[in-house]
Amino acid sequence: MRDIFSLGLLLSTIRVATPLILAALGGMFSERSGVINIALEGKMLAGAFTAAAVTYAADEKLHMGNASPWIGLLAAILAGLFIAAIYAIVCIRFKADQVVSGAAINILMFGLPGLLSGAFFLSSGSTPQIPKAHLIPWTPIVIAFGAVLLSWYVMYRTPFGLRLRSVGEKPEAADAAGVSVNQIRYSGVLIAGVLAGIGGAYLSIGQSSLYSRNMTAGRGFIALAALIFGKWKPVQTMLACLLFGFTEAVSYVLPGLVKLPSGNDIPVQFIQMVPYVLTIVVLAGFIGSSQPPKALGIPYQKEK
Amino acid sequence: MLELRNISKRFGAVQANDNVSIVVKPGTIHAIVGENGAGKSTAMRIAYGFYTPDSGEIYVDGQVHEIKSPHDAIAVGIGMVHQHFMLVEPMTVAENIVLGSEPGSAFALDLKAAATEIRKLSEEFKLAVNPHAIVEHLSVGQQQRVELLKALYRHARLLILDEPTAVLTPLEVEEFFSILRRMREQGKTVIIITHKLSEVLAISDEVTVMRDGKVVGGVQTKDTNATELARMMVGREVLLRVEKPEPKIGEAQITIKNLTVTSRDGSKPLNDISFEVRRGEIVGIAGVEGNGQTELMEALAGLIEPSKLSGQMDFAGTDLIRKDARSRRELGIAHIPEDRHRRGLLLDFSLAENSILGVHYRKPIASGPGEIFLDDGAIQDRVNDIIKNFDVRPPNPVLPAKALSGGNQQKLIIGREFHVHPKLLLVSQPTRGVDIGAIEFIHRKLVELRDGGCAVLLISAELEEVTSLADRLLIIHEGKIAGEVDPKVATLEEIGLLMTRGH
Amino acid sequence: MKTLFKELLFPLIAVLAAFVVGGILILLVGDNPIVAYRLLLGSALSWPDGIGQTLFNATPLIFTGLAVLVGFRCGLFNIGAEGQLYVAAFATAWVGITFASLPAVFLVPMCCLAAVLAGAVWAGIPGVLKARFGSHEVINTIMLNFIGIALVSYLTQYHYKAPGDPILQSVPIGWGAHIARLGKFIPGLPERIPLNLAFLLALFCCFLVYVFLWRTKWGYEIRSTGSNPAAAEYGGISIKKQIILAMAVSGALAGMVGINEVMGYRYRYYDGFSDNYGFTGIAVALLGRNHPVGVILAALLFAVLQHGGIYVDGFSEHVTKDIVQVLQGIIILFVAAESFFKYMSGKLRIKNPGKV
Repeated sequence: MRDIFSLGLLLSTIRVATPLILAALGGMFSERSGVINIALEGKMLAGAFTAAAVTYAADEKLHMGNASPWIGLLAAILAGLFIAAIYAIVCIRFKADQVVSGAAINILMFGLPGLLSGAFFLSSGSTPQIPKAHLIPWTPIVIAFGAVLLSWYVMYRTPFGLRLRSVGEKPEAADAAGVSVNQIRYSGVLIAGVLAGIGGAYLSIGQSSLYSRNMTAGRGFIALAALIFGKWKPVQTMLACLLFGFTEAVSYVLPGLVKLPSGNDIPVQFIQMVPYVLTIVVLAGFIGSSQPPKALGIPYQKEK
Repeated sequence: MLELRNISKRFGAVQANDNVSIVVKPGTIHAIVGENGAGKSTAMRIAYGFYTPDSGEIYVDGQVHEIKSPHDAIAVGIGMVHQHFMLVEPMTVAENIVLGSEPGSAFALDLKAAATEIRKLSEEFKLAVNPHAIVEHLSVGQQQRVELLKALYRHARLLILDEPTAVLTPLEVEEFFSILRRMREQGKTVIIITHKLSEVLAISDEVTVMRDGKVVGGVQTKDTNATELARMMVGREVLLRVEKPEPKIGEAQITIKNLTVTSRDGSKPLNDISFEVRRGEIVGIAGVEGNGQTELMEALAGLIEPSKLSGQMDFAGTDLIRKDARSRRELGIAHIPEDRHRRGLLLDFSLAENSILGVHYRKPIASGPGEIFLDDGAIQDRVNDIIKNFDVRPPNPVLPAKALSGGNQQKLIIGREFHVHPKLLLVSQPTRGVDIGAIEFIHRKLVELRDGGCAVLLISAELEEVTSLADRLLIIHEGKIAGEVDPKVATLEEIGLLMTRGH
Repeated sequence: MKTLFKELLFPLIAVLAAFVVGGILILLVGDNPIVAYRLLLGSALSWPDGIGQTLFNATPLIFTGLAVLVGFRCGLFNIGAEGQLYVAAFATAWVGITFASLPAVFLVPMCCLAAVLAGAVWAGIPGVLKARFGSHEVINTIMLNFIGIALVSYLTQYHYKAPGDPILQSVPIGWGAHIARLGKFIPGLPERIPLNLAFLLALFCCFLVYVFLWRTKWGYEIRSTGSNPAAAEYGGISIKKQIILAMAVSGALAGMVGINEVMGYRYRYYDGFSDNYGFTGIAVALLGRNHPVGVILAALLFAVLQHGGIYVDGFSEHVTKDIVQVLQGIIILFVAAESFFKYMSGKLRIKNPGKV
């Protein structure tokens, strides 16, 4: 039993949780301002692909050496911003249904990286491998945990955070106070794009060394689940991400260590299910109530 | 201090403001009165920047200003407190007050400075409030004080208050008046939008009367009286009497005893109500909006969870409390809701599909094996019947309900509810937003229904309407029946006192 | 007639706009859009392989499109069609395996029933959660997607796989559970093309859904709840019942994908068989304006694209089959943005002018 709680497990947990934290915090800014964000998956994919592609290009084609992954990270941020901008315009300016638009972005991002990589790298689905020296395995982790603190501070100790929260709960009140609801919402969504992009970048040039097709594998949705589980608050969301990270990390270690009474391994699928089941339970109010921001999902229309 | 000159604003087919000119002198309390729909709110919302006028100018302190958003209005010293409070419930008082004008820097919100400033203003204007309290937990009167502080915090010199006393108890109204007087003493200018003449006479210095989007008069309060103001507001002698024969009253159709509705927060919007409505009579309920009328109607229609109700509702021998909305309809209760867009219509559906709402699941509308399929012929019969008998225009059953004017939508709803030959009709605000021709038609139909033996419970905020239609008039105040009067002889003063004072 | 034209116009514009954007992307990756589109669209027109395969591809999309449509009509977002169809497909296979010895006259209806019930139950869960606890169906259906897929993957891997089989699939179902391929009845259509009776079932379901929603009292109640829950409640309709009913019907429709897949094509449960049918169903429903006829048209379009994708991938130098998903995503974005136009024109008329 003691083998389970080892340093290796802790590191593993942190590694798994990092992209979740980044994406979930991004989602928090978006949703606390009232814009549902199920497109986290798509934004992460954008970040992952762009980071890998640009890092490789910087390395091989431009011979930037050690600077490559930083350029890749920057590119990932820009990619995240770009996708987020599209999402923001469609949802805020055109007042389109946010869930539909989010689903559209996700579907788009299932295909776009493949298309582009097929064009530039002649291999549909994956980018070529990047040498280990030019990866950034630790920085995103630091960014992630730093982001938690920063997010908490921004949300609760700055005017921007105050306005953001008010826009998500009661946009009419913010509007009457002279706050630009749409401007705040754009900010929230763009921040989500930046953070999710970094999260994606970590997957491709931090945790691994290339981009492979659909490498986020549902992490954007787990991040969303963590956000709900964390009641849309920064510290709780981080804890939720760590919890989910732990369950995944443990699932690698568990088979072989803990067995079912019958002597067999616990099927990995059951461990995979844990974050999702937990989220449903929390959302239904079984473990405390999880109330979303009141204006979530409703495009703001000035009352006549 | 503030002048609106030739302001006009049109929303779709409605000219909400037509060449409106108002002058508000500094340091005064200025009332803008008019009935619902007169255009008073629109004019003030233009002044506050929620809308931009189609034409006309706004002058502040003699200078023209373009006010395109609340931000601009706040910048010239105009503050507004809305009828429905614009407060973010989960946040604290201080957070709500400083929202948009936060002290400190962009990187650090200084809530301590905010609290200090708030306390200072509280002292100055006698608006006691705890800066760290959560708005959700405050009473309505306290919330209003927060709204006032919001405006004062932004150095408002002119405060616009929209129907400020609509949600206050009489005691709170008195406190509110003293707050206004204090503000005037401190050199602020106040505009109150209201339709309550007694308050206008009690507190204002000058009055502007609006009607149908136009300004019809501006007077010094001390030079006028209620009758004159009412005449200006309505445009004719305030004596609209519906011709109706003597009622033939039968037995009690519904008897309500000790009915109480308890909200989630423990308050009782309806508190120990008892009365009865007999066949062949119209019982009217008059009162200031928000005193329990909505809850009463919804409780009777079966739209409130039984767990929130206590007391008895006897419908000619049948206990109603446990019966859901559908069962009540089957018993013969029909309901014309106060908010026709929210409750009464499926706006995207056709007139035909709206006409069967409530009876769609049984014969003759649902027919065939197992009563599953909708019988198109029966539906057409029904909707055409309603269109013909209730003069719904345009008379086209396939049009979506949202294409009709308010008056025609209301006629459709009334026709639909009347069609089932109800034993009890619950009707709330039947002529709100309805044009004058349709109003008379609707009143006539209600009397006809009464004469056919139906029991009618009528709730209306239009005193004229409820006093002329009702055979008996009950006044509701803070969830209780404050009194019963004979509408034929009761004076407006008597009724007004019961409505505002409760006794 | 004028409204019909207006209804068709928006989706058409969205599709054309998407093709234009897609064309730009194709140029960017270094290919000729005209050539690429000819491959993409033209390959579906050949007989028998093109048309047969395309109609087969369209079948699950019609089912999921109908599923999402029913949900939307009640104001609900069923994003869980993917999980529902996996659970249903497995249930179908389970019945087909467990009762393999029964003759077709029993087994076929039993398997079909299993698909419908399993889908209905898996969708009913978020329905109940919403009705009872108010928790939003968007999140719950997404969560149940993952749970459902993991669950049936587990069951297949540990209990229903042939020992030693490297592919994650179940053992075959009994012969009695097979349903005929259309090649058996249509001259010129070889039976190797998987187009089967389930396609006819899908078309029939379109008719059924139309009748259900617009000609029965249940459909009226569902649509009323979707249009204005407060008015529906006022009219005596139980909102909670409608939510559960609509989700169950929606899930049942999604579940029928299992009939096509398990009983008409692979004759077993094959893990990962769905090519995003559930999500594409959302696109199909939206593009089809939430109407059964529109669903058929939209499903055909996406099926054509799906089929063409493989050709484009093989024959074009730079364009891969990912272009299909890219086009899909752009189409939905444009469709979603158009609701802006609908929203604007609707809002201006809804507000009661007298209520200033």
